[in-house]
Amino acid sequence: MNPDLIKMIFGRLNLDALPLHEPILVGTFAVVATGGLALFAIVTYFRLWTYLWREWFTTVDHKRIGIMYMILGIVMLLRGFADALMMRLQQAIAFNGSDGYLPAHHYDQVFTAHGVIMIFFVAMPLVTGLMNYVVPLQIGARDVSFPFLNNFSFWMTVGGAVLVMMSLFVGEFARTGWLAYPPLSNIGYSPDVGVDYYIWGLQVAGVGTTLSGINLVCTIVKLRAPGMTMMKMPVFTWTSLCTNVLIVASFPVLTAVLALLSLDRYVGTNFFTNDFGGNPMMYVNLIWIWGHPEVYILVLPAFGIFSEVTATFSGKRLFGYTSMVYATVVITILSYLVWLHHFFTMGSGASVNSFFGITTMIISIPTGAKMFNWLFTMYRGRIRFELPMMWTVAFMLTFVIGGMTGVLLAVPPADFVLHNSLFLIAHFHNVIIGGVLFGLFAGINYWFPKAFGFKLDPFWGKLSFWFWVSGFYFAFMPLYVLGLMGVTRRLRVFDDPSLQIWFVIAAFGAFLILLGIGAMLVQFAVSILRREQLKDTTGDPWDARTLEWATSSPPPDYNFAFTPVVYDNDAWWDMKRRGYRRPLTGFKPIHMPSNTGTGIILAGFATVMGFALIWYIWWLAAVSFVALLAVAIGHTFNYHRDFHIPADEVVRTEDTRTRVLAAGAQT
Amino acid sequence: MSVATISTQDSEPVFHVIDEHAHPEGASTMLGFWIYLMSDCLIFAMLFATYGVLGGNYAAGPAPKDLFDLKLVALNTTMLLLSSITYGFAMLTMEKSKIGQTQLWLAITGLFGLAFLGIELTEFAHMIHEGATPQRSAFLSSFFTLVGTHGLHVTFGLVWLVTLMVQTARFGLTEANRRRLMCLSMFWHFLDVVWIGVFTFVYLLGMLR
Repeated sequence: MNPDLIKMIFGRLNLDALPLHEPILVGTFAVVATGGLALFAIVTYFRLWTYLWREWFTTVDHKRIGIMYMILGIVMLLRGFADALMMRLQQAIAFNGSDGYLPAHHYDQVFTAHGVIMIFFVAMPLVTGLMNYVVPLQIGARDVSFPFLNNFSFWMTVGGAVLVMMSLFVGEFARTGWLAYPPLSNIGYSPDVGVDYYIWGLQVAGVGTTLSGINLVCTIVKLRAPGMTMMKMPVFTWTSLCTNVLIVASFPVLTAVLALLSLDRYVGTNFFTNDFGGNPMMYVNLIWIWGHPEVYILVLPAFGIFSEVTATFSGKRLFGYTSMVYATVVITILSYLVWLHHFFTMGSGASVNSFFGITTMIISIPTGAKMFNWLFTMYRGRIRFELPMMWTVAFMLTFVIGGMTGVLLAVPPADFVLHNSLFLIAHFHNVIIGGVLFGLFAGINYWFPKAFGFKLDPFWGKLSFWFWVSGFYFAFMPLYVLGLMGVTRRLRVFDDPSLQIWFVIAAFGAFLILLGIGAMLVQFAVSILRREQLKDTTGDPWDARTLEWATSSPPPDYNFAFTPVVYDNDAWWDMKRRGYRRPLTGFKPIHMPSNTGTGIILAGFATVMGFALIWYIWWLAAVSFVALLAVAIGHTFNYHRDFHIPADEVVRTEDTRTRVLAAGAQT
Repeated sequence: MSVATISTQDSEPVFHVIDEHAHPEGASTMLGFWIYLMSDCLIFAMLFATYGVLGGNYAAGPAPKDLFDLKLVALNTTMLLLSSITYGFAMLTMEKSKIGQTQLWLAITGLFGLAFLGIELTEFAHMIHEGATPQRSAFLSSFFTLVGTHGLHVTFGLVWLVTLMVQTARFGLTEANRRRLMCLSMFWHFLDVVWIGVFTFVYLLGMLR
């Protein structure tokens, strides 16, 4: 066939894009393909496709979307962690002339993919998933403000994840580090598809994240139950509000800067080039204006989770609610004034560096206030060391260490020594694992019974906890030491044999974390198998304080048969204390949004368009763009997007709950 | 349901909304759209910032004075401002439920929008013809991106406008359609405000540079 024609049809996609010469990738592909085929076969065999499509893929129920986000995050965690293990292994053995087992070309992709996946496709979906699930329940709402948009946002996130995963087997991923700094990420130094996968993966997912941010802000502002003033909102809802404000106010920056980078790569503009007046440091500034708020986007909801967990498991009202709220708001604002501390070495001068150094240090004040609030909540409380509380205590110990090394890095002269060293790597893993991830695990263990009606198995949970926590310390404390000795990040081989022992210890730590993840998966499996023993019929297994525990576990589609009225910031605690009795009659039809497949279809076209742009398949990009537009416009011609759950169905659901509660009360 | 079934005494607190009114549909839409506009505003803020930093880097190529024709830009600005006024008229007639006049003003708005885009494209074509391409210098990269992004927004606004005119023609000025027209109104005025920024910051200040 005519090579020009082939090029027109397939762009730069050809058989060489399949990494058949890389045994590691072929092996991975075999495993993934076998697993995928098995899953496909099971779903087909049990005829689950219609069920999945009707009840899950097209759902606009915030609870189901939340659960799907969590599944996405956990699946991607396995991929991101596999990358981490590969790096640890490589660095532990690449001494004394050994090249390790990963060629540079592959190793560079591994560390880039690890960072990108862990932030965008593990931490973000898990955080968004929890917010999606919990926030509407906590504020006594029936769904989010824009249920269809919620579904669309989720599938856009999936689309981004699909593109990033695809790069493993079709072509390659970026070799630039997780923020893809130019000039390295520009077309001259990265002519391959790697950076394009990076750009379009993040752009597609970024649209979803921004829209879901807008959605949750509106939900919290507009849909709170009567009586729930701003200062009566649960702390998790407060931190979610701040996080979503941050999302709306920072993700567009990422969108813009990646768009400029794509213009440089696709059109040949000169934003971030070294010649024709371009300025690579402009990119670094812009991306950190997104990047710094991003870390608070992740950690603020975790702070909210810890607040809920501490109050619940200490059996006390949260100490210093107002100061907690203000601390959250102050952190939200300050998170915009610190971005330059990521590159003090840019050379912006003493005054600028001092400003950003000081603002960075100031953030430790509200964060410290939070820490004391949690401690004072625990003080003289009846603490129950269930799994969520264990993660919270581990967080408090670990995060303080990470926070202190952060303050250390905020001192510009110290940063000049430690910039881009393993000390930095240890620091941010210390706060992201010790803060965000421990928080998410606390949240998963805390809200799992709400979502599924049975608790998670405590034995395997504790096993996972101890492997994770000890693994974390083994894996990252050596990196602090290495960083102080001057070892920089992203190295593939080492000359100095005296360093090896530290990398071996770190690899051992990663192995412990592997056991921790394994134990967690076993915990899920065991809990599902033992769900009858772990069952919770009350809807309030922890004797908790906020509204989500007022309804059944799992909650009915409509969350609350009657919209609750709130008098206190521990609304459910207040209701229990004042002898609340569940209404048993008088149910009415409930107005609900209808499911729609438009979200997944739109996200599908966006993903295809991303793929086409990555491989320069222009006709496909144009076709999918037009299709995207047509489906979106077509969707607006559907004016009937809601229905009513009939009253007798509500009565049936509520009567079942009454029977279950009565049976539970007798035993 | 009566109050008596959930509370035995009148003094006991009521923990439920007894007589619930369904949330009016689209109650959050205006707020949501405002927030979306602010997020879009941030994209423009980044492009303005980029232009602010890189706008003086001509790389020995043409500078604003060599390229900009203020008369043409003034005409262009007039087109966009007029389109904002006519959109305002469309909203006023919509309030009075005069569907024909609303459609007419919307159509006029669309024509002004088209004129704006036409003039902008003529300007771009002229510049590119003179060798002042987006690739020529960082100044031109950031110029074309900022102004072009605004133009793209106007283009989407036009697509949206046509869609809404079709929907208004088919379904009338229903509650949902009024809400949509209101959203587009905010979008359209927002683009106007951004353009004032572009006109001042890029064109006027550019001539002084």
